[in-house]
Amino acid sequence: MTSTDDNLIEIRELRFAHGPRVIFDGIDLSVPRGKVTAIMGPSGTGKTTLLRLIGGQIAPDAGAIKVDGLDVTGLDNKGLYALRRRIGMLFQGGALLTDLNVYENVAFPLREHTDLNESLIRALVLIKLQSVGLRGAQMLMPSELSGGMARRVALARAIALDPMMVMYDEPFAGQDPISMGVLVKLIRELNDALGLTSIIVSHDVAEALAIADYVYMISNGRVVQGGPANELADSSSEWVRQFMGGLSDGPVPFHYPARDYAEELLER
Amino acid sequence: MTGAIQQLGIDTLNSLARLGRRAQFLLQTLSGIGSLLWRPGLVVAQLESVGVRSLVIIVVSGLFVGMVLGLQGYNTLVDFGAEESLGVVVALSLVRELGPVVAALLFAGRAGSALAAEIGLMKATEQLDGMAMMAVDPVKRVIAPRFLAAFIAMPLLAAVFSAVGVLGGYVVGVEWLGVDGGAYWSQMQGKVDLYEDVYNGVIKSIVFGFAIAWLATFEGYDAQPTAEGVAKATTRTVVQSALVVLMLDFILTALMFGEI
Repeated sequence: MTSTDDNLIEIRELRFAHGPRVIFDGIDLSVPRGKVTAIMGPSGTGKTTLLRLIGGQIAPDAGAIKVDGLDVTGLDNKGLYALRRRIGMLFQGGALLTDLNVYENVAFPLREHTDLNESLIRALVLIKLQSVGLRGAQMLMPSELSGGMARRVALARAIALDPMMVMYDEPFAGQDPISMGVLVKLIRELNDALGLTSIIVSHDVAEALAIADYVYMISNGRVVQGGPANELADSSSEWVRQFMGGLSDGPVPFHYPARDYAEELLER
Repeated sequence: MTGAIQQLGIDTLNSLARLGRRAQFLLQTLSGIGSLLWRPGLVVAQLESVGVRSLVIIVVSGLFVGMVLGLQGYNTLVDFGAEESLGVVVALSLVRELGPVVAALLFAGRAGSALAAEIGLMKATEQLDGMAMMAVDPVKRVIAPRFLAAFIAMPLLAAVFSAVGVLGGYVVGVEWLGVDGGAYWSQMQGKVDLYEDVYNGVIKSIVFGFAIAWLATFEGYDAQPTAEGVAKATTRTVVQSALVVLMLDFILTALMFGEI
């Protein structure tokens, strides 16, 4: 794809098992700077786990994960926290702090990590909220927000400290068409306007492809296909075609493995 | 048979692992308490939520326990013409035993369960993970203030419980049943020892406070991040707190008053 320096994240030979279940069996993956990279695959393939590995919340069994040249697996707690200040993450449910209102949620990272005075914090919070279109909702509590609004607030919070990259965990899951459209637009625009690098984990094919520059398809612990988004539609892989087209049968069978049908029916 | 043995092994290993996690969690929490010196506001907010909001149940229960003690104590003492010692009976029962123990049981039910549920829910809704990803240590920011607040609130609530209980005993004994008011207070003053009785009771409530704070915050933090997991953590907090409080009470009583 590109040379090493142009990649913000480099994952090499990553192996990770959850108990006896192997989730990643030697994954290689590069995320180029300044681009939107989508990581796609069926539910349960460990896409969210991949984000956790990149953020250093869990450690891999083997392999290297480099973020901006730093090996995440070798960092101590202090180093990890310093790195995380430069990473924004949008959780699936938003993960807003339920006892704080919208304004305070966005101000949270600023209050925790900076000594800015209140008027500066206010200005920053309002700028971030304006950029996601929710300046008017600043006094609402998280329980008063719709799912889409909660994600937009979480997005404003994720970019509060002007991170170098933002990771999105299933940003489109369970959204109505309007919220979905808003999120798709926001992710792309924020990425370009703020010079971010974005990683989207998703199984919503149309939305992810609409904004992604690069796409990685993961299945059964391996990268099935990776490359520029526009090349994916012409993939020779049957699995990729089944996933993209949402076909019920193909390399991923419709039937869960079972005994012979006739034999089981006739059994007494 | 082998299945049963295998299960026994698994259960034993799991409990040992849990014990280890519990100790590790305590160390992390205690080391996080130092940073709260610069942010007392976090502890004050939690004191309001675990302490002040437990006041109603503590005051009402204390009043009724004191009134029952007054009634029962009077009925027994009056047979021996010793009803003027009612104040001593009520005060000693409350200060030595019922104050710390019943307040701890109520505190575990009211504040301990709320703490476990709140922390468990924060985990289930990825708020703790979210904090960690924002480079904010959830143990320092969420757990430590709650732990400290519970630890501070418990002895204070036990003191309130005992004080209100003594008044409840006074209402029943003196106002309703006609025990001499002067005798009620003066016998109490004469027989209740500051060190032997009051301080020992306070020590008990401090120990119970520590145990409940630890159990509740750990159960919430260690909960499975699902609705069922949070429900289980809440139940476990109340059940374990009750058992631990009663067990510790026996040990402490034996050490303090048992001449062992």
